[in-house]
Amino acid sequence: MSETTAVNAGVNAMSQGREARPKVRRPVSPKIWSLALLIACMAVWEGGVRFFKVPHWLLPSISDIVLALWNGLATSPFARDGFWYHSFVTMSETVLGYLAGCGFGLALGVAISQTDNLETVLRPFIVAFQSLPKVAVAPIIVLWLGFGLGSKVAIVALLTFFPVLVTGLAGFQAVEPERIELLRSLSATRWHIFTKVKFWTALPFIFAGLEMAAAFAVVGAIVGEFVGAQILQLDSAMDVGGSFAVFAILSVMGIALSAVIRALQNRALYWQPKQQNQRTINL
Amino acid sequence: MTDVCQQRARSREFIRVNRLKKVFGLGGSGELIALKDINCTIREGDFVSIVGPSGCGKSTLLRILAGLLSYSDGSVTMDDQAVRGTRRDVGVVFQNSILLPWRTILDNVMLPAEVLGLDIKAARHRAHELLAMVRLEGFEDRLPSELSGGMQQRASIARALLHDPRILLMDEPFGALDAMTREQMNMELQRIWTESRKTVVLITHSIPEAVFLGDVVFVMTARPGTLERVIPIELPRPRTMMSMSTPEFGAKTQEIRTLFDHAGSFD
Repeated sequence: MSETTAVNAGVNAMSQGREARPKVRRPVSPKIWSLALLIACMAVWEGGVRFFKVPHWLLPSISDIVLALWNGLATSPFARDGFWYHSFVTMSETVLGYLAGCGFGLALGVAISQTDNLETVLRPFIVAFQSLPKVAVAPIIVLWLGFGLGSKVAIVALLTFFPVLVTGLAGFQAVEPERIELLRSLSATRWHIFTKVKFWTALPFIFAGLEMAAAFAVVGAIVGEFVGAQILQLDSAMDVGGSFAVFAILSVMGIALSAVIRALQNRALYWQPKQQNQRTINL
Repeated sequence: MTDVCQQRARSREFIRVNRLKKVFGLGGSGELIALKDINCTIREGDFVSIVGPSGCGKSTLLRILAGLLSYSDGSVTMDDQAVRGTRRDVGVVFQNSILLPWRTILDNVMLPAEVLGLDIKAARHRAHELLAMVRLEGFEDRLPSELSGGMQQRASIARALLHDPRILLMDEPFGALDAMTREQMNMELQRIWTESRKTVVLITHSIPEAVFLGDVVFVMTARPGTLERVIPIELPRPRTMMSMSTPEFGAKTQEIRTLFDHAGSFD
């Protein structure tokens, strides 16, 4: 959290710097615009639903969703049917799966980059698995691992594994040959070339993969949840307002996860020019 | 200064290159003779400038001396030992400074110590001394991107000297710098060489730079790369900007330029 506030502080410092110039109209921060856009969208939604009298089982109004969210969050954190309990379960599935998937992806990427022919051998398998619709495999994983935590963690791991592997591989290959030649001129071992140069050069790529994976992780958790958890129960009960409330909570989880990754990235990539840093975020 | 020259005259042979040939295969479609029949010797403590047009194989020769490239025929020896692969007693300065952008200047200079497994504490002490020698005190904790091109190249010279190599190989180190900075760097390099007493091999395509810095200038011509002539430069040291306007200096640069005119290629 402190990192995010640091970033905000940076933004504030920038806008203060602009303020120092006299007689210039104070520019509105883009964050304010994002917030205004969100409020406008919600107002149009609410107004549209009320004006056209859309039945609430088709599209709930914002007020229905807020009410459902309120009711869900007003329950005890330990109540088995409350939002808190389920949010906690989903969050732990997401985080565990994310760590496992990214960990394996990175480890395999390192192994491939450190071995001469492994990439050529594994490339067709990687491409085959990558083009496989992981979401479609989810029911089979549930069949194998049951309805518990394991299957959901596995689904999240499967979805987060590839972005990190693929960006990692691209990063390890993106090393400038002259940097390698510098290390070679010092009689460096393969491992030294990796730890002193390749890893660092790949870091911006790896972070792009980690951020992509963060979005996929929440998708994976939702897919896992579809096989026997709250969304399905609420959907079958025609509690559409409740479903939307759950979507809102899931978005917040996704935003929180990428905020953590971004904060880590700002720490780890201190040496990158700011704009380049921004470019990798948007990758 | 005369004793320095006499000392040099007595210094012993360090590197011997004999009938060296380097051929690059062009992926099945023939081959390129990069170097042909190169013979030369370099004495310990000498400053050798190698000058030649682009494509004459001077960088190839430097990479062979550094052990970064293999050669096709002939022999290269340092202290009568054949050069096969890289050696710990060689320091290389490349055309671009190749400082690692995530490391501070001090950590960049420390890189050889980490890779070669030297005593870190002693190496750090030496790194500070070297940074002082290249006039970068106070910049130890800066990132390379905060330094100018000339400062970055000075840091890379400090890095190349950290492990106390016997020979410093420099591949057009000032090629990317503007003319003013380049002249300053030439003065700095002369001073660094005088203070560190290393053998230096400097690749350049600037004739004045070669003459200004070298005890001896190797003139190479292109296609195939051959060593055309070895020209000793006996201008007194330390050389200054004023040395560049002496008739002796002019005569030497003229001599080299004439060689290129005869060979018919200088860009």
